[in-house]
Amino acid sequence: MESSLAISRGAKRAPIAWRHVRDQVGLYGAAILLALWTLAPIYLIALSAFSTKAGVSAWPKSLLPTNFSTDTMQFFINSKGVLQSVGNSVVVALLTIAASLLLGAPGGYALARFRFKGKQTIQLSFLISKMFPTAILSVPLAVTFLQLGLYDTVWGVALIHTAMALPFVILLTAGIFVGVPRDLEEAAQTLGCTRMQAFVRVVLPLALPALAAAAIFTFVISWNEVFAATIITLQHRTLPAQVLSSLNDSPLYYRFAGGFFMIVPALIFIFLIRKYLLNMWGSVVR
Amino acid sequence: MAGIKFDSVRRVFGKTVASNDVSLEIKDGEFMVLLGPSGCGKTTLLRCLAGLERVDGGRIYIGDRDVTDLAPRDRKLAMVFQSYAVFPHLTVFDNIAFGLKMQGRPKDEIKRRVQEGAELLQLQDYLARYPAQLSGGQRQRVAVARGIVMQAQVLLMDEPLSNLDALLRLQMRAELKRLHAEIKATTIYVTHDQVEALSLGDRIAVMKSGRIVQCDVPMNIYDDPASVFVGGFIGTPPMNFLKGVVSAEGAPQVVVGESRIAPTPAQTPALAARRGQPILLGIRPENLAFASSAQRNTLRGHVVVVEPLGSHKLLTMQVSGETIKVSVPPDQSVASGNDVWLHFDADKIRWMDAGSGDTIH
Ligand SMILES: Nc1ncnc2c1ncn2[C@@H]1O[C@H](COP(=O)(O)OP(=O)(O)OP(=O)(O)O)[C@@H](O)[C@H]1O
Ligand SMILES: [Mg+2]
Repeated sequence: MESSLAISRGAKRAPIAWRHVRDQVGLYGAAILLALWTLAPIYLIALSAFSTKAGVSAWPKSLLPTNFSTDTMQFFINSKGVLQSVGNSVVVALLTIAASLLLGAPGGYALARFRFKGKQTIQLSFLISKMFPTAILSVPLAVTFLQLGLYDTVWGVALIHTAMALPFVILLTAGIFVGVPRDLEEAAQTLGCTRMQAFVRVVLPLALPALAAAAIFTFVISWNEVFAATIITLQHRTLPAQVLSSLNDSPLYYRFAGGFFMIVPALIFIFLIRKYLLNMWGSVVR
Repeated sequence: MAGIKFDSVRRVFGKTVASNDVSLEIKDGEFMVLLGPSGCGKTTLLRCLAGLERVDGGRIYIGDRDVTDLAPRDRKLAMVFQSYAVFPHLTVFDNIAFGLKMQGRPKDEIKRRVQEGAELLQLQDYLARYPAQLSGGQRQRVAVARGIVMQAQVLLMDEPLSNLDALLRLQMRAELKRLHAEIKATTIYVTHDQVEALSLGDRIAVMKSGRIVQCDVPMNIYDDPASVFVGGFIGTPPMNFLKGVVSAEGAPQVVVGESRIAPTPAQTPALAARRGQPILLGIRPENLAFASSAQRNTLRGHVVVVEPLGSHKLLTMQVSGETIKVSVPPDQSVASGNDVWLHFDADKIRWMDAGSGDTIH
């Protein structure tokens, strides 16, 4: 009895194992293709950014770093306006982080903890706000900023970036706060905390790593944003705006170096926080 | 003075009535046990008292204060959560000290009281650890210690020993009883474990579907259940119930299968009022004994299973087509397949209405 059972199980197992292998191959094949799709350009940019100035325009290209050199990068970094724009980018990003967390985290907390009318609608409308291309808004935006005295200031750029980052920050932080069990807050309250104290003493410490990740994500959004930054600045350009505006009258190797310089921080940060980004859609949808 | 009074407390979740106009008074220093099946509203009642759940109706008083609308921290009570709710980012010491720190107690007092609490729950060796480094049972003990060290006048415990092994549970039960005798906090204690309920409670409130169906001292709950539900819920194994019919004429008797059962004089009037009607006979397994022959108040039973349990033998038997449990002394000679006579004293019988299940007095 027992042995016949084992045989029939074994017989069934073979096709299942084969299907499993096929599925795995398919899955990994697709993943590799997808990864190549994004990694190949990055690799090519890196390759050019670290070759000699002549090497950048050499043809045919070698796919291996045969003429490695830091000349190109040095030229880029020492170019007029680059360092200043890096400074602007950092300031804008920091302002964006501060503003979007200050505004977004309470929103996320509310979504995570309270049930209220129209919650679903509100959650959706955050995403709908992302549907309008900045291009449509650019002219009215520039005019308004001129009137408000925000035109060509880091404040103005930070304000736009905050508006862009806010939907993500709210959804991200909602996911984070859902992950902190409500009981812990309640226990703190029965032990003598006000709601606020319970938040500061219990929720915040537990959410801090994830909140830091949300901050980094915001940093990346701001650091990479080019369109709005170009439209509403002249003298006080962020790095992407600076690179974009000098793109037409700069040599090829400058462009590659600039591209690489901009990609790297984003890549590093996204890598550091990947775990939390996957959380964004998963846990808020209850 | 910190008695507790629930006055028609109501809490509704959508269609579920978790607290259905519960009224309950708990005296200062009393140890009240809430007992009932899963989902009957025990936790909800505690949470309403703690201020973690708003009530949809009714008032709650602690002492002579109406606390219905107070924030949890202003109710001055300590609560041990069913889910432990131990803070993962704090060490065991800081967890236990949390409430004392919030009260701004001096450092050495905090240290002393945390030590005491840790000793009581055998946590001395774990004070520097984080909850993630503890077993489930240890975490639960941290939760209990954290509540106890507050020495609040009102202590709420939601299944505080549920995750401990049998031996530790036995120890902790005795410790909690000793502790209560010492600090005399008004205590509400939720449990599924009826032995715990019977051993700890000054009184037991049995709940069902958001209502308290009986609230009394443990022995009365056990001996005199208010309904089939309570009798069938309390006791391991619980009370047996047999269907019968009150005789239509003559002195009121109850016909169960082939047997005729005569009530005690005290029970007679209630039965006389139900002539010809169906009725339920409730009898606890330990109140049945073997008899050598048919006599007054005997039932014919067929032994199906014999389980020797050390202190007694537990029998599963068929009586007039129904399955009952019978507890007999360990030296009683009996084997499955035997047909025996079962005898009982009429005053151990509880009569229940066949329709509503309520006890007839
Ligand atoms: N936040 C809530 N939302 C919706 N329904 C709830 C909520 N809390 C409790 N309930 C429902 O109320 C009823 C009572 O729940 P409660 O937690 O008080 O039961 P309990 O007696 O503590 O059960 P257990 O012994 O399993 O802990 C249950 O039917 C439960 O599903
Ligand atoms: Mg419960």
